[in-house]
Amino acid sequence: MSNNDYIIDVKDLTKKFGTFTAVDHITFSVKRGEIFGFLGANGAGKTTAMRMLCGLSYPTSGSGTVAGFDVTKEGEKIKRHIGYMSQRFSLYEDLTVMENMELFGGIYGVKSKDLKERASDLLEKLNFVEERDTMVGSLPLGWKQKLAFAVATLHRPEIVFLDEPTGGVDPITRRQFWEMIYQASSEGTTIFVTTHYMDEAEYCHRVSMMVDGQIKALDTPANLKKQYNAASIDEMFRILARGAKRGD
Amino acid sequence: MNTSTLAIKVSGISKSYGSVKALDNISLDVRRGEIFGLIGPDGAGKTTLFKILVTLLNADSGLAQVDGLDVQKDYKKIRSRVGYMPGKFSLYPDLTIRENMEFFASLFGVTVEQNYDLVAPIYSQIEKFSNRRAGRLSGGMKQKLALSCALIHKPSVLFLDEPTTGVDAVSRSEFWDMLFNLKEQGLSILVSTPYMDEASRCDRIALINNGHVLDIDTPQNMVDNYDAPLYGVKCDNMYEMLKKLRKVESIANCYTTGEYHHIVASKEFDVERLIQDLTDNGLKNIELKAVIPDIEDVFIKLLSNEQQ
Repeated sequence: MSNNDYIIDVKDLTKKFGTFTAVDHITFSVKRGEIFGFLGANGAGKTTAMRMLCGLSYPTSGSGTVAGFDVTKEGEKIKRHIGYMSQRFSLYEDLTVMENMELFGGIYGVKSKDLKERASDLLEKLNFVEERDTMVGSLPLGWKQKLAFAVATLHRPEIVFLDEPTGGVDPITRRQFWEMIYQASSEGTTIFVTTHYMDEAEYCHRVSMMVDGQIKALDTPANLKKQYNAASIDEMFRILARGAKRGD
Repeated sequence: MNTSTLAIKVSGISKSYGSVKALDNISLDVRRGEIFGLIGPDGAGKTTLFKILVTLLNADSGLAQVDGLDVQKDYKKIRSRVGYMPGKFSLYPDLTIRENMEFFASLFGVTVEQNYDLVAPIYSQIEKFSNRRAGRLSGGMKQKLALSCALIHKPSVLFLDEPTTGVDAVSRSEFWDMLFNLKEQGLSILVSTPYMDEASRCDRIALINNGHVLDIDTPQNMVDNYDAPLYGVKCDNMYEMLKKLRKVESIANCYTTGEYHHIVASKEFDVERLIQDLTDNGLKNIELKAVIPDIEDVFIKLLSNEQQ
């Protein structure tokens, strides 16, 4: 494990599918403990980039590390050292809350004694104690998403990747979810998050904006607004995304 | 109001799945030629209401009419008069763009050419890919094709169930421009969305949660009727500040909202004192201002009132 300040540090990361360059020489770093917002229009290349950062696919060219491991050849190690949560696949619906925790904890190699402790801590923190034996499928979406976040951090990863974690969640639960993110970040966990809610981009320490496979802007929300003379990140997003040549 | 001026009339509709009440005594009217928004999170009951109105599902109780026709008695007639774009992509992935269009047109006994004018503003954007299979289209193109297919038989009432979910901010705003165009041509539109910022594009909206209506009005009236002082506050450590704000008694509610946290104040709230308090707690660069609520503030207030 490297001790440098950056949990993600990649240079010229590129992914081609045939003649199509999905991700085109992206270079950026994410500091430990940072909440990093990864924005982009549909088709900009966010998902492809994220897959490379999570060790799910190898770049066509470029170099770099995630959690201290080489993105060009240590995919398996990266997978074991990160947390990942997406809107689509989060938990097993026909397992109970506790069974999901045991399953994912087990997959990530959390010792059973630690797992019991962490699971009961999390249940308490989430106010889920009474739902311990409830099937996940019967929980409201917002609860599932909060639980999914907790499960993704059971093995105490240094960084968690969240792919549109709050899509369709009600406004109150959406905010509770972000408070969990704030808390995890204040305890030192790095958060890498994509979202279509532009207000959420404002909660990030820094955000990047992908257009046509490239990172066109990267800074704190305040600096980006200044740079693009935009009243909000939403406005900045529109200014940059309208310049996109590809996509829908 | 005379029923004939209504595109949709819902009175006292309830529907349960086992012990889960998906819709609990819902009533609302959609006037002809208006864009009516059903705004609420996943699980609010939006899709169930759509399915009842397009005659794919029977309600347990209550009455509903579409285009002046009863959804149970006249379901066959209704089906030819409504266009329905379900939340899940429901076209044939193995058919091309053109084949999907022709298929849906033929189901309703029309041809693509006959009603081309109505779909042209949308369909022309994807027509150059007309030989591409629907399953191989990007999200935005699928959305445009689904809307074209829902329109090809020239329906009088259009039902769009979360057409913009998962779509980026720019494409979402373009989609709303298309809807406005259709409204101009006389269509009545019922559209659902989990994105509160889209509410302002509707003539009227219903905020719904857990199967019932929290409020129905124009977006502007809802905002105008917000009855508590609302402030926005930011500083150098937003999470610390949020925890502090939660402990202040004269604050009825506070929550994150982009750059600022919003504070719903009670009568005893004192701006100067709060700034002093926060400063004493070591927070820097504090900026506090009165803000105008938006629909999300309204929704949060209604939800909080309900949860108390």
